[in-house]
Amino acid sequence: MIVGTPKVTTLADLFAVAYQIEAEAVERYDLLADQMVTHNNPELVAVFRDLSRAEAIHRDEIRRQAGDIDVIAHAQRMAKWQRGESPEAANLDEAHYLMTPWHALQLALAAEHRALAFFKSVTETTKDSAIKRLAEEFVEEEAEHVNLVHRLMRKYPRPTGDWSDDPDSPVSQE
Amino acid sequence: MQDRESVSIAIVGSGGAGALTAGNFLLEAASLAGWRGLLSRTVGPQIRGGEAAALVRLSTHPVECLPDQFDVLIGIDWLNASRFGAEIAVGARSLVISDPRGGEPPPEVAAAGARVIELPMKEMAKAIPEGRANMIALGAVGRLIGLGPDVFSVLLEKRLAGKGPAAIEASRAAVNAGFEAAAGYDVGLRLLAPKAIDTRRWLLSGNEATALGAIRGGVRFAAAYPITPATEILEWLAPNLTKVGGVLLQAEDELAAINMIIGASFGGTPALTATSGPGLSLMIESLGLATAAEIPLVVIDVMRGGPSTGIPTKSEQADLNIAVYGCHGDAPHLVVAPQSISDCLFATQWATYLAETLQAPVIVLSDQLIGQARAAIERPADVAFIGQRFKASDIVGAYKRYALAANGISAMAIPGTRGGQYTADGLTHTERGMPTSGERDHNAQLDKRRDKLAQFNFGDHWATIEGKGDFAVITWGSLTGTSREALGRATRDGVDATLIAPRLLSPVQPDRFAAALNGKTRALIVEQSHGAQFYRYLRAHYDLPHDVRLLNRAGPLPIRASEIHSAIMAWR
Amino acid sequence: MSVVEMHAPFKPGDYKSDVKPIWCPGCGDYHVLMSFTRAFAELAVPPEDVVVVSGIGCSSRIPAYMNCYGFHGVHGRSLALAAGLKVTRPELTVVVASGDGDGYSIGGNHFLHACRRNIDMTYVVMDNHIYGMTKGQPSPTTEPEFDTALSPGGTGLRPFHPLVIALASGANFIARCFSGEPNQTAAVLVEAIRHPGFSFVEILSPCVTFRPDEREWKNLVHPAPVSATSDPAKAARRLMTDDGFNIGVLYRGDRKPYQPPVGQGCADLTELERDFEL
Repeated sequence: MIVGTPKVTTLADLFAVAYQIEAEAVERYDLLADQMVTHNNPELVAVFRDLSRAEAIHRDEIRRQAGDIDVIAHAQRMAKWQRGESPEAANLDEAHYLMTPWHALQLALAAEHRALAFFKSVTETTKDSAIKRLAEEFVEEEAEHVNLVHRLMRKYPRPTGDWSDDPDSPVSQE
Repeated sequence: MQDRESVSIAIVGSGGAGALTAGNFLLEAASLAGWRGLLSRTVGPQIRGGEAAALVRLSTHPVECLPDQFDVLIGIDWLNASRFGAEIAVGARSLVISDPRGGEPPPEVAAAGARVIELPMKEMAKAIPEGRANMIALGAVGRLIGLGPDVFSVLLEKRLAGKGPAAIEASRAAVNAGFEAAAGYDVGLRLLAPKAIDTRRWLLSGNEATALGAIRGGVRFAAAYPITPATEILEWLAPNLTKVGGVLLQAEDELAAINMIIGASFGGTPALTATSGPGLSLMIESLGLATAAEIPLVVIDVMRGGPSTGIPTKSEQADLNIAVYGCHGDAPHLVVAPQSISDCLFATQWATYLAETLQAPVIVLSDQLIGQARAAIERPADVAFIGQRFKASDIVGAYKRYALAANGISAMAIPGTRGGQYTADGLTHTERGMPTSGERDHNAQLDKRRDKLAQFNFGDHWATIEGKGDFAVITWGSLTGTSREALGRATRDGVDATLIAPRLLSPVQPDRFAAALNGKTRALIVEQSHGAQFYRYLRAHYDLPHDVRLLNRAGPLPIRASEIHSAIMAWR
Repeated sequence: MSVVEMHAPFKPGDYKSDVKPIWCPGCGDYHVLMSFTRAFAELAVPPEDVVVVSGIGCSSRIPAYMNCYGFHGVHGRSLALAAGLKVTRPELTVVVASGDGDGYSIGGNHFLHACRRNIDMTYVVMDNHIYGMTKGQPSPTTEPEFDTALSPGGTGLRPFHPLVIALASGANFIARCFSGEPNQTAAVLVEAIRHPGFSFVEILSPCVTFRPDEREWKNLVHPAPVSATSDPAKAARRLMTDDGFNIGVLYRGDRKPYQPPVGQGCADLTELERDFEL
């Protein structure tokens, strides 16, 4: 199992990595939504499901765009992300059972920025014009996502300092 | 509408709503105002953010148990509250207060035909800076039962002091808002004015009472290994034992914990540990050691749902067998069971006294229901039971640690006592403490250890016996209060019964039990055990009346007073 | 390399059950679960051939969240249970999951002997320096000055060094990972499971509820300054300067994994019964 930043040397590589990034983002938002169901935060369930759906659209679009390339199989053979895991996967460690939509969108924003940075680095390092063109498309796509998240954030103000205050103590279960 | 003697309230909420805090504040405010009360809780499986319900019963007289039904069920939100459906019973005369944005109440609520009033607690809280919905709920409940905002105000000042004046103000405002909003609810839930209280009262949990009882009894060493629902005993002891010059050691596991207290006790210090079923299982071998070597010690078992890992957050009475019979070999020791939150203090203090006096292990069978419930109780009187160990001193000649004596209790030499050197042993031993496999010594020591318990006069504390008539209700532990309430109702319905609840489960008291059962023709045995452990224990050791019925079941739902009452009435 | 792209036989999702974890959002164990499923997928081991054995604690809830066989046993005894399983069913992949309380406190004795016995299995301890499930008592790896209800002012005790203990007791593979890097952790788990004998992987996994200070861990962990060694003496010297946040494989031993004696397998018992004949 190779761990490290995936190397993009062919178009198939790029499609596969882009697909994987979106697919993992979908899984991550679904996981967060499930966490919010268990921990009784219905507002956040809705936010994370929405984000998941948005990523699923991108994921499916990439798969379509890839045409004959089997992006799933190809991605399985490539290196797995090392530090900080897959760029567009929202940071699980930042979740909190009392988190607000603002927090969720902060996570999403950071994730989009990371993805954007990755594709940008591909445009800067590749010598292949086709790859560069496709990577630039993905950069534009991610930039749009960043703007979308910013627009969503306008709906949700930053919460007050006591957002994580829970009057009840933790419950000992075993 | 007439004011009432008692009222029951359930406060439900999830994910940071603060339902349990509201329940705690309600109990405390009501206690400050002079009422009596009992608070229990039920929770989901999450460590944080889970669904939770505070269950409060308030009254002008001491509250013995949780109610059969709740008069008020207030839902800050209903997320996953269906989990509590069976546990929070409501009836057609109950009032349900629901936040229109909090989801739907559990189906059992609708089925019960209770009246539902909508109160937009979350919205009202938003209108107050830093306001919280649980404080709105608290104020509303206060209005219903006749508890004024001024009492809450005093309480909030005290409890929220650490959070600053803004937080206190916000909570006050929220409580007031809830109080005002409930003005129109004409539902006849006001409590009668409290009786004048002339003794000091305390607000504490069974676990806290247990811990204090230990210190009062003379315990100055505790070994601690955390386990639900006993950990609070140890966490209360940690700083407080230090304050009185004692020591608490955290053990690496229960095997270490029991051996640590054996060591401390061997060295002369009254010692205790607290655990639950799984931990007691681990400690059994060494309990046998303490029995054989005649080492005083106290082990608290706060019983929970079993077997094995079971239901850690719920109560059962199914550790009776292991407590009484768990040791291999014949190893008589003591088992004591508190009957209420207040009795946790007395029973533990008494247990410590008995352990020291009789130089034997005492298992105290508490349970999750009283261990983790909170109540306002009369300040317990200072009782004269403080551990007094018969220590050897001024030893001349060969010291016999296990000398045969009329009362079976031999002087125990504490290390440092000149002339008293001996090796304590789990091996069968002579009077001097030397290992032996001989028939004479083995039987002599078995007799000694049995007889020292059998001949001891435990006094009237051995059991609670109340009432009259030829009908006996026999129970123990946390079901004592529930049974007492049921018997009260039966008496009002013209049926007399006697409540017999042993506090001392081991050694058995055949003469006293026979006296208690004298003239009884029927016995209803009530216990929270799937296998009817208490019934089988009674059958093994005592002569029961000819007609016996059982009311027994496993947890997690506690047996209610109404069930016991129905069983009595069905059998008159 | 084949031109035809073959899908790997298993995806990580194949190892997940649909039971929703009760872990608090933000808990490092979510990442550990991810590492497990990714490792199993990489190993391409059928889910039914994997057994995850655990004790009691938040980390020990993990078997229920996976679609493998599992045993959620009593507190601290998972290594013993796993030993019995593995010697009788050596073809199974046996992974033991524990926490710092379950594994190093009540499980301490079994830890020593599991390393010594060197049965081929992998022991994963999710270390969050606290007892989480019982609401925040100190564990053997809790810092001496950390204040808790059970140890006001801190325990004052030197923390347990699990990697040192593992090395001294004979573990055949020793590594430390950080939950916040699930792919790297997965790669180490793959190696640990493949490595013969007793493999010990400690995963630093922050507790968001009782140790919010552990948010800092992501800034404290760093790759180990030297690569893994197969020389126990070298490994011991490296541990002398271990700051508790070195990430990577420390030691790859070459002890032969435990093999019980193999008999001839006699078909009938007459040979055994001959002992009693007069």
